[in-house]
Amino acid sequence: MFGLEKRDYTLLIIVACLTMFAPFILNPFPTDSAMAQFNAGYPDLMQRFVIFGIFAIGFNLLFGLTGYLSFGHAAFLGVGSYSAVWMYKLLGYNILPGLFLSVIVSAVFALLIGYISLRRSGIYFSILTLAFAQMMFSIAYSDLIGRFLGTTITNGETGLQVYNSDPQVLHSASKPDIPHLFGQQMQSTYSLDIAGWSFDFNTGYYLCALIMIAAFYIAIRIFRSPFGLMLRAIKTNQTRLNYTGLNTRPYALAVFVISGMYAGLAGGLMACMDPLAGAERMQWTASGEVVLMTILGGAGTLIGPVLGAGFIKYFENIFSKINDSILHQWFAFFPDGIEDAVVFMIHPFIGKGWHLTLGILFMLVVIFLPGGLVEGGQRIGKLLKRGKKSEDKGDGDAASTPAE
Amino acid sequence: MAILEVRGVNKRFGGLQALGDVNLSVEEGSVHAIIGPNGAGKSTLLNCLVGKLNPDSGSVNFDGQSVLGRSPHEINQMGISRVFQTPEIFGDLTVIENMLIPCYARRDGAFKLNPLTSMRKGGEMQTKAEAMLDDVNMLDKLHMQASSMSRGDKRRLEMAMCLVQEPRLLLLDEPTAGMARADTNNTIDLLKEIHAKRDITMAIIEHDMHVVFSLAQRITVLAQGTPLVEDTPENIKGHPKVKEAYLGETAE
Ligand SMILES: Nc1ncnc2c1ncn2[C@@H]1O[C@H](COP(=O)(O)OP(=O)(O)O)[C@@H](O)[C@H]1O
Ligand SMILES: [Mg+2]
Repeated sequence: MFGLEKRDYTLLIIVACLTMFAPFILNPFPTDSAMAQFNAGYPDLMQRFVIFGIFAIGFNLLFGLTGYLSFGHAAFLGVGSYSAVWMYKLLGYNILPGLFLSVIVSAVFALLIGYISLRRSGIYFSILTLAFAQMMFSIAYSDLIGRFLGTTITNGETGLQVYNSDPQVLHSASKPDIPHLFGQQMQSTYSLDIAGWSFDFNTGYYLCALIMIAAFYIAIRIFRSPFGLMLRAIKTNQTRLNYTGLNTRPYALAVFVISGMYAGLAGGLMACMDPLAGAERMQWTASGEVVLMTILGGAGTLIGPVLGAGFIKYFENIFSKINDSILHQWFAFFPDGIEDAVVFMIHPFIGKGWHLTLGILFMLVVIFLPGGLVEGGQRIGKLLKRGKKSEDKGDGDAASTPAE
Repeated sequence: MAILEVRGVNKRFGGLQALGDVNLSVEEGSVHAIIGPNGAGKSTLLNCLVGKLNPDSGSVNFDGQSVLGRSPHEINQMGISRVFQTPEIFGDLTVIENMLIPCYARRDGAFKLNPLTSMRKGGEMQTKAEAMLDDVNMLDKLHMQASSMSRGDKRRLEMAMCLVQEPRLLLLDEPTAGMARADTNNTIDLLKEIHAKRDITMAIIEHDMHVVFSLAQRITVLAQGTPLVEDTPENIKGHPKVKEAYLGETAE
C-alpha cells in the first residue's frame, strides 16, 4: 500500500491514528482531578509535539542515516519562520505562501551550508555547521544585513512580526487578521466536554499533524529507497562506497538539503501557529535539542525521532510547570518535617530545574538503552514474546530491516 | 592486448622511494600476479592504479585511457574493482544490502537522486544480487549482518560485491592474507572458477607462493619498488634473482 512494505504501512497507520486521536490520548485525566496537570492535550503543546516531530524526522534523515551530526539545524528552523512571517507581511495571513517559501529558502541555505560543511566529516563537520548556525543567529539577532541595507530583514531582538503598515497585498477586510488557511483560522479550537473531561480540537494542530504524517511517510520512502541505502552505506564505510563507484558527496549533500527543508517546514509551521519569528529559534541550544530528541528516541529508526520529540516536549512542559506548592500538596500525607525535606530534595528537578531532570533521563537512556526509546520498546516486546513462548521462525527478515 | 599499462611510475614517501620506474602491462583475460617481499611497494602500486595515490611521475592507462587524476569512484566506473587486504564491506548492513549497492552503482552511475523509489523484493537488482551470492555459496546468509560473519565470509562477500559489477579488471590485494590453509584453498578455487566462468582480467598481489603458482599466468616480481623480472610461473620458480629477493623470506 502506498508503495510501502506491510510493516512500514502498519507503522504509518499507527502514527496516523495516534496523531489524529491525540486530543483524547493526551488528556486521560478529568479536568478537575489532581492528575490534570499531567494532561498534555492542549493545542499549544500538541502543536509543538508534531512540529518538533517534523524537525526531528528531518534531522534523523541526515544523522540517523549518514551519521553526519549537524549541530546547526536550528538555523534552518529560524530561516523557515522568518520566511513565513515575511509572506504574512507582504502577501497576507494565508499560510500557504509562507510554508512554501520557508521550505524553498531553507533548502537554499542548506545547499550553501551543506556544500561547505560536507567538505569535512566527523567532529569538523559538526563544528562547521555549529559555526554557520551561530553566525546566522548573530546576523539575525542584530539584523546585520537589514541595517547594512538600511531596512528591516529580521527586526533584530524584537523579532519579526506583522504591522498594520505592512503591504499585505492579498489581504482584505473579509479575511481573518491571524494566520489562516483559506479562512480556517489556525488558532480556532473546538472544545468537547464529556462528563469531567475536556478535549480540545485545534485547527492548527490538525494541519500540523497531517503535514507530519506526510513528512513521516516521505521519510519511510527515503529509508527504503536505493538512495536511503546509499546513505546508510555512507555511515558504515565510505571507503568501500567510493571503490564501488559511488560519489558520496552529492548523496550527503542531497540528504542535508532534504533535512534542512524538513527543518524549514517546521519553522514555517511555528510561524503559522504564532505569527512571530525571533532569532532565539536559531540558537545552538535549539540545535542541541533536536540532537537530544533524535538520540533519545533512537537515531536511525523511523519512529524514534517522533517519540524523542514528544518525550522531551512533554517533560519540558510538565516538569517546568510543577512548583513547590504542588509538591506540598502531593506529599501532604507525610509529617511536616519529612514533607519539607522531600520537597527540598525534589525542588532542584522541577520548574526551571527541569533541564536537570532531562539531563538525568538522557544519561540513563544513553547508558542503558543505546538504541533509545525504540530499543526500550523492542526489549519489552521481546520479553512479552518470550513470555508467550511464541516460535521464532522467520524472524531473520525482520531483524534485517532497520527497526521502526 | 594489454588492458592495463603502467609506464615509468615513481612514488616517493619523503625520503623513501616506494616505487621506482615501474613498468607493467596486464594482458586482457589473464591472471597476473605481483609478488615481492613485505614493503616491496605492492600495495602502493595498487593504490596508484585505483586513484588512492597519485604517482609522482609516469602514466597508468586502463583500456587506453589515463586513470591518473581521477577519483576512486570514477576509476571504478571505468571498470576496475578492488578487493582490499582487509575486507572492506558495509558492516552495519545485511549481506543482501551489501550486494545491492554495487548493483545500483553499476546501473545508476556515481550518483542518482531517487529518494522515493522503492526497492522491490524480487526486482531486477535483487535477482542479480542473489544470483551472485548463489555463485559464491552465500545464499543462506542473505539477511545476516555483514560484520557478524567470519573473516573468510567477509572476503567472499567483498569479492562477490566486486564481481557483481562485472568489472573488466579485478584487483586483489593479498586475498588470502590471514586465512587458514583450507580457506586459502577455497579462495583459490573460487578465483579459478570466477576466472574460468567470467573471463575477468585479474591482477593479484600475493605473498603466498602457493596461491600465486596455482593461479597466475604471468608473474611480476617486485623488490624495493622496482620490478625484477616478469615471466611465466614455471620460469619464475627457478629464477636466481627471485630466490635472492626472497632469501630468508621463503614462501609461507
Ligand atoms: N602512505 C604512506 N606514507 C609513507 N610511507 C608509506 C606509505 N604507504 C607505504 N609506505 C611505505 O612504502 C613502502 C612500500 O609499502 P607497501 O606498498 O605497503 O608494501 P607491500 O604492500 O609490498 O608490503 C613501505 O616501506 C612502506 O612503509
Ligand atoms: Mg601490502
